[in-house]
Amino acid sequence: MSIWIHEESKVLIQGITGKQGTFHGTMMDEYQTNVVGGVTPGKGGQIVELPNKNVLVFNSVLEGLEETNADVSVIYVPAKFAATAIIEAADAFEQKGGGLIVCITEGIPILDMIRAVARVNEYQNVRLIGPNCPGIITPGDKGGCKVGIMPGFIHAKGRIGIVSKSGTLTYEAVAQTMSVGEGQSTCVGIGGDPVNGTGFIDCLSAFENDPQTEAIVMIGEIGGSAEEEAAEWAAKNMSKPIVGFVAGSTAPPGKRMGHAGAIISGGKGTAEEKFAAFKRAGIYVARDPSEIGNVLVKALKDAGLR
Amino acid sequence: MNIHEYQAKSIFHESGVKVVKGIHCTNLEQALEAYDKLDSKVVAVKSQIHAGGRGKGNLYNPESGELIMEGGVKIAFSREEVEEYATAIIGNKLVTKQTGGEGKIVNNLYIESGCNISHEYYLALLVDREKKSVLIMASTEGGMDIEEVAEKNPEAIHKIWADPLNGLSREDCVSLSNSLGLTGRICEEMVEMLEALYSMFIERDCAMIEINPLVKSESGEIIALDGKVSFDDSADFRHPWRSELRDISEEEEVEIRAHKYGLSYVKLDGNIGCLVNGAGLAMASMDVIKLYGGEPANFLDIGGGANRESITAAFEIILEDDNVEGILVNIFGGIIRCDMVARSVIEASTDVGLDVPLVVRFSGTNHVEGKLVLDNCDLDVHTVSTLSEGAARIVELTRGGE
Repeated sequence: MSIWIHEESKVLIQGITGKQGTFHGTMMDEYQTNVVGGVTPGKGGQIVELPNKNVLVFNSVLEGLEETNADVSVIYVPAKFAATAIIEAADAFEQKGGGLIVCITEGIPILDMIRAVARVNEYQNVRLIGPNCPGIITPGDKGGCKVGIMPGFIHAKGRIGIVSKSGTLTYEAVAQTMSVGEGQSTCVGIGGDPVNGTGFIDCLSAFENDPQTEAIVMIGEIGGSAEEEAAEWAAKNMSKPIVGFVAGSTAPPGKRMGHAGAIISGGKGTAEEKFAAFKRAGIYVARDPSEIGNVLVKALKDAGLR
Repeated sequence: MNIHEYQAKSIFHESGVKVVKGIHCTNLEQALEAYDKLDSKVVAVKSQIHAGGRGKGNLYNPESGELIMEGGVKIAFSREEVEEYATAIIGNKLVTKQTGGEGKIVNNLYIESGCNISHEYYLALLVDREKKSVLIMASTEGGMDIEEVAEKNPEAIHKIWADPLNGLSREDCVSLSNSLGLTGRICEEMVEMLEALYSMFIERDCAMIEINPLVKSESGEIIALDGKVSFDDSADFRHPWRSELRDISEEEEVEIRAHKYGLSYVKLDGNIGCLVNGAGLAMASMDVIKLYGGEPANFLDIGGGANRESITAAFEIILEDDNVEGILVNIFGGIIRCDMVARSVIEASTDVGLDVPLVVRFSGTNHVEGKLVLDNCDLDVHTVSTLSEGAARIVELTRGGE
């Protein structure tokens, strides 16, 4: 198994007729993701040509779910409309028994996200990943299920679960697992915004319960205290080994480092605090992302997994 | 985006939050006119810069560095004192705990009527990332640095959270006011002000509102005597009025320029320039440079939509910094193709006349093609395959190694 998505997951693309939606829809389809349709209000009935098939555009998420039984919806709509798109998907999934929303969009106003996340959290069977993230991928035997913007070809099916706040740094972690001959069960980019849906603890908990996952790589960055909380939680609840890295040891306080959430404010949210929390929790620490592979090998060996 | 106190107070006033009368000025003549107009025996003469700690800061002559006056916020009891303080403030450099040693030139002044204070409080509204809602935080220790209060006397800080879907509850506001020792009519007044501030926070997409001090006047009114407001930049699209409040002189010119090209740039003090795709990887690249004994000169994320033009701009921006003695390019190709970056790097290096060592690490989409392009060009560029190698190499090269 894997977490939240698997090779057969049916994926709807919100914003499929836009430039980003069409481009990434094409890449997702090339990776053998089961794209079943798209949503663009007012463009219902149009056909979008993907490399392996043509898919239908619906006017609403609900209509799309009714016609396709999709269990995942990925959002590529502009920031202004993204929170509304999340809420629409959440309401539709709630009516249909649940589902996964993956929001790639960057730059959504924070108060919009507070409202959207609160709505999603009212529904027990609806999960949101993102926003401002690369998405989620479960590599399969041939291709796999890629819901997002990550380059599919760097992945391979395996037993390492990856969770990260960053995009390209996640790819780096993937490449590191590959460099020591390990593939991935599922890789989740939870995004670098201050207010998001799925967090580290949700991912760790799901990986702990996933039989395919045998070890986890967790990539954090400065800002907030999600890493510290996850470390504390992991110390009590995780039996599988975790390798951790935190970006931003050299970031100056009070400066936003690219991501809206990556800022040390009032002396809080430093990389050193997060590394220290990792160590306290028994997480294997890599101080250099190029060392993740070696540290992972050690973690696997210590656990008798290699 | 941050705004000045005088702008924050004007928004407070519009939003139904009590402030005392004040006038914004930019020169001595206006300051004296403001004093006459306010017709108050006592006025506050306040330097307007975006950094905090103004009262305890010092003013220096920007050329000679000579100390002009201690304190960037002064109480004046006469027209003469207004003249003295305004002269000392305008055009001079204010250095506070938050500005760093460079300080800020003060171009704006706020002259405000005096206020008889019976008690000072601290109040702030901000987004609580962990609770995913708006947090309202208050303390009876007004006028103090809140981080200091949090450390020494955390029980003096009281907090309530707004419900993301239902907003701020009146009961919570009452209980917050009560915990500050406010009851009866003054509690009512506080509650009204909290509600007004919360509405302002939501309607204007604020990132933070901080009032320190918030005061109870001797006549029993709750008044915002200071005001620090910042906005969530992501919501700019629905607030066109913000552009008029923007003070470009308070921002880093190079960061604004970088932003125009879709680049996210932050200048640091080291000597190794970095050009990276992705914020996390850009931070990690800086960290690894440091790990190998070097010092990063900047954070630079070229973003997902980088092209030849933006990469050229990135090189120009990195090289404007005289401290830069070498550049590390670290690209993990996803949507961005490494061969495109390679060609852009060559063109940009030629355009800007690159004269420092350059180390390039490619991984991901078209990394083999990218490396080939660089290996076959005339440029003196060192290609490596991992971030560690890249960091080790550029540190060695900037130390004069071959």
